[in-house]
Amino acid sequence: MANVSVKNIRKTYPNGTEAVMPCNFDIADGELVVLVGPSGCGKSTLLRMVAGLEDITDGELQIGDRVVNDLDPAERDIAMVFQNYALYPHMSVYKNMAYGLKNRGTSKNDIDQKVREASAMLNLDDYLDRRPSQLSGGQRQRVAMGRAIVRDPALFLFDEPLSNLDAKLRNQMRIEIRNLQRRLGVTAMYVTHDQVEAMTMADRIFVLNAGRIEQVGTPSEIYRTPASTFVASFMGAPPMNLLPATYNGNGSVHLNGETSLAVGAPKDHKGDIQLGIRPEEVKLATGKSATPFKLELIEELGASRLLHGKLAGHDFTVNAPNNDAPLADDLMLDIPSDALHMFDHETGKRL
Amino acid sequence: MTDITSTTPRAKKRFRWSAIFDHSILILGSLFMLLPVFLALTTSSHDNVEIQREGLKFWFGNDIDENFGNAMFEKGGFTKTVTGMTMLMNSFILGIGFAVGKIILSMMAAYAIVYFRFRFATFAFWIIFTTILLPLEVRILPSYEVIQSIGLTNSYTGLIVPLLASATGTFFFRQFFLSVPEELVEAARIDGAGPVKFFVDILVPLSQTMIAAIFIIMFVYGWNQYLWPTLITTDEGLFTLVRGIRQIIQAYAEGSEIPEYGQAMALALIAMLPPVAIVIFFQSWFVKGLVESDK
Amino acid sequence: MKRAGFANYWLPILLLLPQLTIIAVFFYWPAFNAVQSSFYLQDPFGFGSQFVGFENYSDLFASKEYAKVARFTLLFTLLVTATSLATALLLAVKADKVLRGARTYKTLLMWVYAVAPPVAGLMGVMLFDQNIGSVTDLFAWFGYDYRLGVNYWDTAFAMIIVSVWIQIPVNFIFFLSGLQSIPQHVREAAMIDNPSGFGRFWQITFPLLAPTAFFLLIINITYALFDTFGIIDTLVKNNPASNPMTLVYKVFVDGFRGNDMGGSSAQSVVLMVLVLALTIFQFRLLERRIHYT
Repeated sequence: MANVSVKNIRKTYPNGTEAVMPCNFDIADGELVVLVGPSGCGKSTLLRMVAGLEDITDGELQIGDRVVNDLDPAERDIAMVFQNYALYPHMSVYKNMAYGLKNRGTSKNDIDQKVREASAMLNLDDYLDRRPSQLSGGQRQRVAMGRAIVRDPALFLFDEPLSNLDAKLRNQMRIEIRNLQRRLGVTAMYVTHDQVEAMTMADRIFVLNAGRIEQVGTPSEIYRTPASTFVASFMGAPPMNLLPATYNGNGSVHLNGETSLAVGAPKDHKGDIQLGIRPEEVKLATGKSATPFKLELIEELGASRLLHGKLAGHDFTVNAPNNDAPLADDLMLDIPSDALHMFDHETGKRL
Repeated sequence: MTDITSTTPRAKKRFRWSAIFDHSILILGSLFMLLPVFLALTTSSHDNVEIQREGLKFWFGNDIDENFGNAMFEKGGFTKTVTGMTMLMNSFILGIGFAVGKIILSMMAAYAIVYFRFRFATFAFWIIFTTILLPLEVRILPSYEVIQSIGLTNSYTGLIVPLLASATGTFFFRQFFLSVPEELVEAARIDGAGPVKFFVDILVPLSQTMIAAIFIIMFVYGWNQYLWPTLITTDEGLFTLVRGIRQIIQAYAEGSEIPEYGQAMALALIAMLPPVAIVIFFQSWFVKGLVESDK
Repeated sequence: MKRAGFANYWLPILLLLPQLTIIAVFFYWPAFNAVQSSFYLQDPFGFGSQFVGFENYSDLFASKEYAKVARFTLLFTLLVTATSLATALLLAVKADKVLRGARTYKTLLMWVYAVAPPVAGLMGVMLFDQNIGSVTDLFAWFGYDYRLGVNYWDTAFAMIIVSVWIQIPVNFIFFLSGLQSIPQHVREAAMIDNPSGFGRFWQITFPLLAPTAFFLLIINITYALFDTFGIIDTLVKNNPASNPMTLVYKVFVDGFRGNDMGGSSAQSVVLMVLVLALTIFQFRLLERRIHYT
């Protein structure tokens, strides 16, 4: 068990590409941190730097009390679960799990005990003699987890461990991994591009974009107060509606000149802004104060339905509860003032 | 996919002339490939005088054991010391020695090129790569002189080692190593395996099929060498079977008496049997090795 | 190179050393010698040599005999390549199509790969022999007096037939594996779009096989140029005199029989340039190959 401390870590490739801009963060003991972002944002590079698979160009990395910058991956007291599991195809499940311990010089009895413990925990007892090729995707995933567990590491690293599984299995494994990590109390870093995984699993989420950490926060912080238009549109499904608007500084925003909406707390800003509204924070309404919405297409999701259309001439999506009521083409929306997120027109930063 | 036809009940398939045509072409092709060897086999079972009088034979005669026996055990050559057995052994030494040498050298080199970050990697790659530009046949004369100046003529070393100076195997393994998932070496590093351990514990066992495939290709290649052994070995004790063919032809061209047709055919058959058997028995490995090594 | 390669310093050098040493001694040294001695005139009795510049080359290109050998090599290469490719393609297409006996045909059509060229040559010598040869009998039956090793074109005919025989398996294997790697859904789509099997072959299958065919073209040219040595040597029965021969065989004959080191080396260098050109051509094609996959 250990905390992780990162000071000014940076990764620059020999060809000059800045993969990871200087960043600072701490991870508390037993915390599960999810690094999320689109592909190429540097999240995997960052994880691999922590693992020791990628050189750290600059800065300091601490795991527990040790600075591990120059240590080999095997000496960092970490374990890693890879996207494609990276199981040794010619070794049995048992040997796959035992290999790391064997290399450390652990005694045969200890290895056996640890492997059996892990396999019991992961329901792998019946498969110990099989080769990875004889296992299903979910079972392979478990073996990869088992290989990580037996090492009894200070830090777990997950590199998109669920992206090779089908949707149903992914949901199930998500819960399993979360439970396991809680039970073992191991600090963990988890990389994914899937915002649902990030939201559901994380104690804290790091949203990365173009080699930079855009925002750090609990899932609810990230969802409620996204720090930028990037975070706003990346986290949440369907994504937040973003509309160009102007703010007059005195309590209302204007969309396209005519439509205006009231803002809760006034902001110290005037002029063009980006207005963000979550599809699920809008309600269908009838009142006069409501905003007109032109419906174009309905997507049925079962419990709810997505209404795609135009608000003040801009694309807009509403997530409405599904009550099977027939809908007219011209609707009215109730947009509460606390549902409005305002972002800087140019930088995209939250105002 | 193919099950669909068998599980779906369907009216009896209508007779197809095109299938007959397809099979005829394949049978003709197979006969074209088979017939010369069949003729060699049947002819090798006849007496030389009979062959001389009546031409190649299309069916088996009674002299098969005599001709094969002579081919294998009769002392032949100018020195009258070398038998078919000696040549057979030499062929195996060349075939296996070449294949094993090739696999060891090229796996080591490919491992260095693919899995290590070092300054000369690209340079070393090009040094090795360039060798595909010049087949041995093209540089045969200077190669012979080099071997002669080192004093390696008429030795197994001189026979095998110069043939190893090519890039084929290295490319094959390089290609394969590159296709091994990146994460495997990373997982191994996290598991505490250094370069030697990773090679021995993970990479070599993973390459088993590849090794088998390349072994077959290289064994056949080594076994079938002709020009190089012809130049390097003048000592008949070092002749391979394929090298021995040249002696037969020479005797055939110069001899005044009736040539030993049956025995010559028998020797040709013995010379082709081991590589052909390997190719047939390990067909899937062989095809894999061939298709993947040349790409 | 792998992302997370080992950063060891001596180990890779150690691993490369055996291969590099062998290549240096048995490849670069002789290759360098070949280029060097192509600029010298060597005394056949070993009493030194004399720098003559490009004289060996100009002699070579002025030589009528060399031109004749070059012309024959070109013809030989074209015929062997075209015949074996076409035959193998036909057989591969049929073997890919039939349901029954596909495996047996496959084996029957590929095993000849393992037969050594000179062994094939020896069988050719027998089949085409003036006294006992069955093919000769066949020709006689049609009223033609076939003479291997005497008539230039008769010998050439035998060389081509034997060379094609040996080369069919490689082409067959590659074509078949090319055909089998065409995805099932592409075939099914083609079945729906085009009812004619013939049309499907030329419009869908053949273009998809084109990368394989291009690649095989190079392989076959290389084969016809270099690997047919054993066939030629056996069919001319060690007695090239008035028989057809290829450029590679001439390097050997001039170097070892004629003791014309300079001339032979110059020929080697010319062949090196030829292989270089072929390799560059091949790489251009390899770049094209990638487009499909």
